[in-house]
Amino acid sequence: MYDAPSLENTLDQKAIKIAATDVQVYYGDTHAIKDVSVQIQDNTVTAFIGPSGCGKSTFLRCLNRMNDTIDICRVEGKILLDNEDIYDPKVDPVQLRAKVGMVFQKPNPFPKSIYDNIAYGPKIHGLARTKAELDEIVEKSLRRGAIWDEVKDRLQSPGTGLSGGQQQRLCIARAIATEPEVLLMDEPCSALDPIATAQVEELIDELRANFSVVIVTHSMQQAARVSQKTAFFHLGNLVEYGDTSQIFTTPVDPRTESYITGRIG
Amino acid sequence: MTDASIPKASTLLRPDARTKKRNASEARFRFYGMVAIGIGLTMLLVLMFTILTKGVGAFQQTFITLQVELLENKLDKTGARDLELIKKVSTFGYAPLIAGGFNKVVADTGIQTTLKPKDQSGILSKSAPAQLRDYVLNDPDQIGKTIEFEFLANSRVDGYLKGRVTRESIANDKNISVEQLDFVDQLKQAGVLKKRFNMDFILGADASDQRPEAAGMGVAMAGSFFMMLVVLALALPIGVAASIYLEEFAAKNWITDIIEVNISNLAAVPSIVFGILGLAVFINYMHLPQSAPLVGGLVLTLMTLPTIIISTRASLKAVPPSIRDAALGLGASKMQSVFHHVLPLAAPGILTGTIIGLAQALGETAPLLLIGMIGFIASNAPGGISEGLLSPNSAMPAQIYEWAKRADPAFYERAWGGIIILLVFLVTMNTIAVILRRRFERRW
Ligand SMILES: Nc1ncnc2c1ncn2[C@@H]1O[C@H](COP(=O)(O)OP(=O)(O)O)[C@@H](O)[C@H]1O
Ligand SMILES: [Mg+2]
Repeated sequence: MYDAPSLENTLDQKAIKIAATDVQVYYGDTHAIKDVSVQIQDNTVTAFIGPSGCGKSTFLRCLNRMNDTIDICRVEGKILLDNEDIYDPKVDPVQLRAKVGMVFQKPNPFPKSIYDNIAYGPKIHGLARTKAELDEIVEKSLRRGAIWDEVKDRLQSPGTGLSGGQQQRLCIARAIATEPEVLLMDEPCSALDPIATAQVEELIDELRANFSVVIVTHSMQQAARVSQKTAFFHLGNLVEYGDTSQIFTTPVDPRTESYITGRIG
Repeated sequence: MTDASIPKASTLLRPDARTKKRNASEARFRFYGMVAIGIGLTMLLVLMFTILTKGVGAFQQTFITLQVELLENKLDKTGARDLELIKKVSTFGYAPLIAGGFNKVVADTGIQTTLKPKDQSGILSKSAPAQLRDYVLNDPDQIGKTIEFEFLANSRVDGYLKGRVTRESIANDKNISVEQLDFVDQLKQAGVLKKRFNMDFILGADASDQRPEAAGMGVAMAGSFFMMLVVLALALPIGVAASIYLEEFAAKNWITDIIEVNISNLAAVPSIVFGILGLAVFINYMHLPQSAPLVGGLVLTLMTLPTIIISTRASLKAVPPSIRDAALGLGASKMQSVFHHVLPLAAPGILTGTIIGLAQALGETAPLLLIGMIGFIASNAPGGISEGLLSPNSAMPAQIYEWAKRADPAFYERAWGGIIILLVFLVTMNTIAVILRRRFERRW
């Protein structure tokens, strides 16, 4: 009883990066996200798990307003990034997305050279003034994306010519090249083989030092391996949110328990 | 059903009744398909064969080479080589020189003929004196010398060499006589009269009813070219801008639905409707010049726009959404994602659609009927872009129609020849479109 508050305190030592309150998402008449409130910490890997169709991707896309690109999608509620409401009418989603980068389920490199894939973000955001600076950003991003050694000799060859795992790491490198503060990943390993998955997971763990990472995954083992916090979604509701170790060992909600023991799929 | 006495019924080695029936119906269907393709191919072959056999003749023309003495006392009495004075000598003044040329040939080769000099010259095109006059006006220094000059033979002589005209068929023809044909045979034997490839058919201007041998496609080709210029300059940017807006920016609601349906409707509107629209709006209301390629181009732009919009939208749709997501996820604006990533990937498709639209417009005849581009005889090639756009002209399909309409069979042959030229253009354009599509298909 005495320890409990202090445990809370140690957890909260890390700053809150994103605070979502009472978020509702509708696709036309479909109510896809219901009353979700969650606080995502800085320098932490947060995993969203849940059966497919439960709204993980939908909620993730709220965090960088990618849902704006879907005509029928409507978002209500409040999402604060560093205490600023990202759905404020004054906010330009383009600026927001530079701060909140995204990696998609299917690797989607541009059909351009590896170099141009990485350089595109920095270029449109004016992060480099000279070619030398741009070269430096490209190298640094590819190193942080743990793919530099594999591609350093063929920066001018097309990014689409890489293997699936390499493409996904290229996409991660591309996302971090714009120096975002938060990195959203929607099932980044679902199209990868186990070896590539291991490489990407290792990379995610390293990224934690600099970013707040939110990862959607359908693999509970993966959530257990890479995340510190886990949120369990079910039918559009956030059922349970807490430390990964706690969610996987002593879930509070019976639905969470059935899911992690394999009874809801 | 389970008759144990004949277990062999279910052997795989012998097809059962159902399988036999299925196979038979498949074989029938294959046969129908092959028949259908056969019919199509036969039609195509017959078409190509007809066009080629009837049309290639137009690319050949009969010429007569004469030694003509450009007598100074006829062309330039003062000897001052004053161009203004030389111009005063009309084509009539040149006729005796040509007759002299025939005289010389007859004397040199020992041809026996009873034809009067006037009838000898009668085997030439009516434009022969004008041909010679143009030559002299171009280069007055030749006056006084004897030059070797190649004259067009008239269309009857040309037809005689091509087998279109025979001694029997000219019984009632007052343009040519049997004696003249004998003379032609002799000249041919002497190597003076020859049939050869005629570049002027491709590059030259149309000629009046009386001189089919001098008519060419070139000026109509220029008319078509300037129309295509207008179509390209207007339809491509307008069509692409409209498609990008509709596909990438416009909200999907009932207004865009209506627009979409109407663009498809527009694509199905018969071209003659665009022609009458062009007549009403561009000529009667805006007072743009009649028969001008500019107006033709504007009308064809209206016709081509839906084609370009539909194909552009299709190629934009074909670009995977993941590319847009990738760009937007990096913080690119909508416009940056479209112009940096989507458009380059859609470009080959857009280009293909544009070329096919242009090819359609190039062969379009009906709307030109209404804006006066048919029946106009353009005798001079346009000098510049503004003249090319604004001065009256014809167009390739219009020219073909015009030739086919004229009574003289020599023009009929030229119409087929014109069709060959037009088809060469269309096939080339479509080939380019196919190659583009093949080359750039699915790079992502
Ligand atoms: N673009 C869309 N249009 C309409 N409904 C959608 C769209 N995307 C997702 N949905 C619906 O929203 C719900 C949640 O989907 P999603 O967020 O993709 O689930 P998850 O990522 O957890 O599998 C599903 O019922 C799905 O059918
Ligand atoms: Mg999903």
